[in-house]
Parts: sequence; C-alpha cells; structure tokens
Amino acid sequence: MNFIVDGRPAFAYTAAHALDPGKPTVVFAHGAGLDHSWFGLQSRYFGYHGRNALALDFPGHGRSAGPPLATIPEMADWVLKLLDAAKLEKASLVGHSMGALVALECAARHPQRIERIALLGIAYPMKVSAAFLDAAQENRQEAYDMETIWGHAPQVPLGGNPNPGMWMYGDTLARLSRLAPGVLYSDLKACHGYAGGEAAAANVKCPVQFILGRRDQMTAAKAGLVFAQKVPGAEVVQIAPSGHSLMAESPDAVLDALAAFLA
Amino acid sequence: MSGPKYPGFDTLALHAGQSPDATTGARAVPIYATTSYVFRDSEHAASLFNMERAGHVYSRISNPTVAVLEERMAALEGGVGAVATASGQAALHLAVATLMDAGSHIVACNSLYGGSHNLLGYTLRRFGIDTTFVAPGSPENFRKAIQPNTRLLFGETLGNPGLEVLDIPAVSQVAHEAGLPLLIDATFTTPYLMQPFAHGADLLYHSATKFLGGHGVAIGGVLVDSGRFDWERSGKFPQLTAPYAGFHNMDFEEESGTRAFLLRARREGLRDFGACMAPMTAFHILQGIETLHLRMPRHVESTRKIVNFLASNAAVDKVLYPELPGHPDHALAKKLLPKGCGAVFSFDVKGGREAGKRFIESLRVFSHLANVGDAKSLVIHPASTTHYRMSDEDLKKAGVGPGTVRLSVGLEDAADLIEDLSRGLHAAQK
Repeated sequence: MNFIVDGRPAFAYTAAHALDPGKPTVVFAHGAGLDHSWFGLQSRYFGYHGRNALALDFPGHGRSAGPPLATIPEMADWVLKLLDAAKLEKASLVGHSMGALVALECAARHPQRIERIALLGIAYPMKVSAAFLDAAQENRQEAYDMETIWGHAPQVPLGGNPNPGMWMYGDTLARLSRLAPGVLYSDLKACHGYAGGEAAAANVKCPVQFILGRRDQMTAAKAGLVFAQKVPGAEVVQIAPSGHSLMAESPDAVLDALAAFLA
Repeated sequence: MSGPKYPGFDTLALHAGQSPDATTGARAVPIYATTSYVFRDSEHAASLFNMERAGHVYSRISNPTVAVLEERMAALEGGVGAVATASGQAALHLAVATLMDAGSHIVACNSLYGGSHNLLGYTLRRFGIDTTFVAPGSPENFRKAIQPNTRLLFGETLGNPGLEVLDIPAVSQVAHEAGLPLLIDATFTTPYLMQPFAHGADLLYHSATKFLGGHGVAIGGVLVDSGRFDWERSGKFPQLTAPYAGFHNMDFEEESGTRAFLLRARREGLRDFGACMAPMTAFHILQGIETLHLRMPRHVESTRKIVNFLASNAAVDKVLYPELPGHPDHALAKKLLPKGCGAVFSFDVKGGREAGKRFIESLRVFSHLANVGDAKSLVIHPASTTHYRMSDEDLKKAGVGPGTVRLSVGLEDAADLIEDLSRGLHAAQK
C-alpha cells in the first residue's frame, strides 16, 4: 500500500488487505539494506489473522523513495508518521536488527501509541566494524558479502533452507544488489551511531519480547541477552539453530513466538 | 583485513541444500518418495496453503529431495533459488509460461538445440507466442529484433551445432536497455565452466539430464533465477507485478521481491502445468552434481586431445570447437570460457552421408545414440539419423553437413577414444 510520508512516496506491504482502524495493527521494521519482503511469511500470517499488517520499506529501501534516514530516532519518528498516514492510532512493532533499534526507540518515544514490541536479532550497542563501514561507504562488494555471510548462521550456505528451493545467501545478495549506492552505509552508520538504547530500555513501558538466534554472527545472542536484562520484564526467546536472519532461517519458530506474544 | 569467505564450488557441489537428516542422521540425501505431507492441525494446513509458513504440501509443488537439488543449483549458479522440472524442455516452457501470455514475443538465437527450436518456432506459435530467431554473432541482431511486445531474450552458452559462443555480457546489456530479461540455456557448460549470472544473465536453465546428472540415467531440468532483474522497474511484466486472480490476487513482486519469478513459476507453473521432477530423479542428479567438479575437467581434457587429433586428420574436413584458433568465437571463448568449451562438438567427415554412416558403424567405444553429457562417450550422425529425411540442401540450412558427426566426449581413457575414432575414420575413407 502506498502512502506519502514527509512528502515522499512510502510503501508498506499489507498482505493484500485494506486497513481497518478497528483491528489491532502489527508493524514490521526491516534491517539494514533490506525491505518488507524479509518478513514475508510472518507479515502475511498476521495480515490473514485479524490484524492490520504493515511491513515497511524504510525510505530508500524497496518501494519507498529515498534518501535513507540517517538516524534511528528519525526512523522511529518516521514509523509514527506512517501510522498517521495510515490513520492508525496504535500498533505493535516487530523489528529486526536495525529495525529492532527503531522499534525500541519508537516505543520509548511514543509510549501512548506503541502497544508491544518484539525485537529480533538485536544487540546494544550495535557497533559495526570499521572494515564493514569502510566497505559500505565505498559501495564495495565486500560490504554486501559481509552482510550476507555474517547475516546468517555458519551452516546456512551448506544446510537446507526451510523455504523449498531457495538459497538464502543468493537471496540476500540479490536484494543488496538492487540498493542505491550509499544506502547500506547509511543504515550501518545509523546502527553504529545509535546511543539511545539504554535510555530507551529504561523508559519503555510496553511488553517487550526479544527473539535471538543462538548462532547469530552479526549481533551475538550473548550481547542480546545482556541487553535484555536491562529491559524490565522482557520475555526472551532463543532459537537454537538460527543466525541473524531469523525470519528466513527459522520462520516457523519466529512466527510461533510472535503469535504467542502478540495474541 | 580479509573479509568473510564463501564456501568454494566443490564444497557447495557436495553440501549445498542439505544438512544431515535430523531424524535418522542419514548423511546422503534421503529420497522422500511421498506425494504429500501430514499437517499438524487445521491451522497449520491453512498456514501452509496460504504461504504463511514454509514447508511442503504436495510433491507436485515441492518435495524435500527435489528441494535439495534446487537449492544446490541456486548455490552453484549464484541465484536466489531454483525450480526443478521434469526435463530441460519443461524448464524452458516454465520460464516462458511464467513471463508471458499470448501475444508476446521472444528474440532467440537461431543456433538453438533442435528441441528448443521446435518449442519456440512451432509449438508456442500455436499458443500465440511468437519468436524471432537471430544469428548470435552480433548483439545488434538481438536489438534490431526487439518489438514492443518482446518479453524475453534467449540464447545458449554454446550454440548448436557450431558451438557459437554467446556474448552474454553484450546481449544482457541489450536486454536490460530494453527492460527485458536474458534467459540462458547453460546445459553444455554447467556452472563449473561458466556462471552466466556473473556475466549479466537474469535467468538460466539446464537440461539436468546431461552433464549435471552426468551418467545418462535420469531426465530432468532445473530453472534458476538470479533474483536481480527488477520486474517492477521494467514495467513489462504484470504477470509478476499486478494482482493475479489465479492466486488470490497476489502481486508476486510485492509479496516476495527478489523471489517473485520463482514464486509464480512454482505456485502457478508447477501447480497448473505440473511438469515437476520426481524425487528419485532429483537423487540421481544430485549424485552426479557431487562429482561435477571432478568430471568436467576430465571431459574437457579429453575433448581437447580429441579435437587436436581430429583437426590434424586428413579424413576430417573441419572441426567446430571454439578453442581452435579458426573458430569465429575463439577470442570470446577465451574470455568467457577459460576453463574450457565443454565436451560436445561436431566435425565433418570427408565423403558425405555414406562416409559418415560407415564411420559411426565402425566405432566400438563411442555409443551411437541421441544424447549428450554422459560419462560414456556418445556419437550421432545427424544425416543418417535425426535429419535423415532432409536433403543435403536442407541440411545445410540447418547448419549440418552430410558428413557432420557430433561427439559427446566421456570419461574413458582418451587414448582408447582416439583409437576408436581413428578406426572409424579409416573405415569412412574406404
């Protein structure tokens, strides 16, 4: 579904459903360099199970016009503006990686409008190595390789994909190949520079769920667990075989956890 | 700093797509000879049918053994995924049927495998899909043939029977400038010798019957998508970018982005046309792929020895192999196919049809049959078999001479193969 946010075209996948202000809403926020389709199975499920599903394309990603937003707080406010454009008062947020930081910040900034947040593949601080940032700044293929390889569990290139016939590395590389120059760097820099995580964790009032991949090479589960302890009452779900791309690597386990949390 | 590394080709050929079976610990790929899959409950069933969960429903759409082959081929080609089919012809049909409707147009090389030529030149025309055939030697030939209703450019890595090397980088540029994808039949080269996506192709397929399976025991095909063609930006493919009533008003591109083409190919193409691969077939082809990186160098090594033998034999008129300096695409082959130009090629025996027939019938190691890409060496003489009804003049139009012989060089001792060919050539000249 197309919206106008800040005067620019913005897109959110709605599982081919019209939005109904009377239904609860679940918003999906993707990670660095990716788009709404990374939540394909999960967002479709909620769209067909009594919710308004809104899987976002942040500016400069997927079908939303650029340029990309430079900081996590800007992205958090953009989510609210999109909810305004969709005429939806409240929503639960499901964020992955960069999108998880956005969900956390959004819940802390706008407690009256955010009902629950699920944070997938999150660590805080979300520091990015200089080599990764440099490669992304120069739009070198190496940056896309790092995003792809560290973005999955070590066994992924050799193991079976639960989605029949698909190769996860190829899918990630293909998506990154469509990015405009500078978008991945902008996202990584936003993650690297985000300094509001502890304050947001202390201020968040709504129920929080962490979903962590035990074999995450991008945001280690150990770091995610330490951060989860700073969020009072947070529920933690660990998915043993998953790396950072939990929604693709363990789609059913992620869906089951989200369905229980957002019930 | 050195970045993270991808697994090498040989490792992917053995492992990609499969982890040891979680229930039994089986290391080899299990053959899931099942038509269907038990649902946990009604909710689970509904979620699978509605694509809210990953998994298998019915083996015409997907099967765990076949899925290993599909993922492995996607990994070896550098694609997003693949759909395995009943044959290479079914893969070509699936690609066309996914991308276009009646009234559409294809620009294809005129040096295609005969089966592909039949499908495009005759059969698909009955269904309103027209094809213009062009000589693959110049990318401009493709550009000039593009029409407003063109939806696909199509060629082979190596043409038939002259092994014309398609300039994939140049032809893909022509395609992309016109907002069109380039489909490649990569059967003769396999991903070991060339990965067409790295040169700009968007889609490719294999007759897996040939070198991928490699042992002449199973018929199959596999269609692979690079995921890099932007269907939305092209604006020419409502099949992928507009709601489709035949699949609950799904907009495949909106739904799945990089996976749009394969999603429709599987969910509509396999569902409705039904040319799926059987799990036993997938197992046979996987067994072949596990040694692809060992077999292909040997195929090429022996082919080079045989090409050199034939090129200097007085009973041979000409040998068509791109590694020979006299081949029109010699320079392009050096650029695109540095590991070799495969193991299927043609040459002309002096003396016409009768000489060709005597040659074939004198061979003892080469098997006289209509296939290529086997571990065993194969031979056919078109003028006395597949093209026997055609006059010499019509043969010439098809690029085949009365003495043209096609070889598929296998994995036997190269010295035995050369001795066999020497015997045949001696008989041909009697």
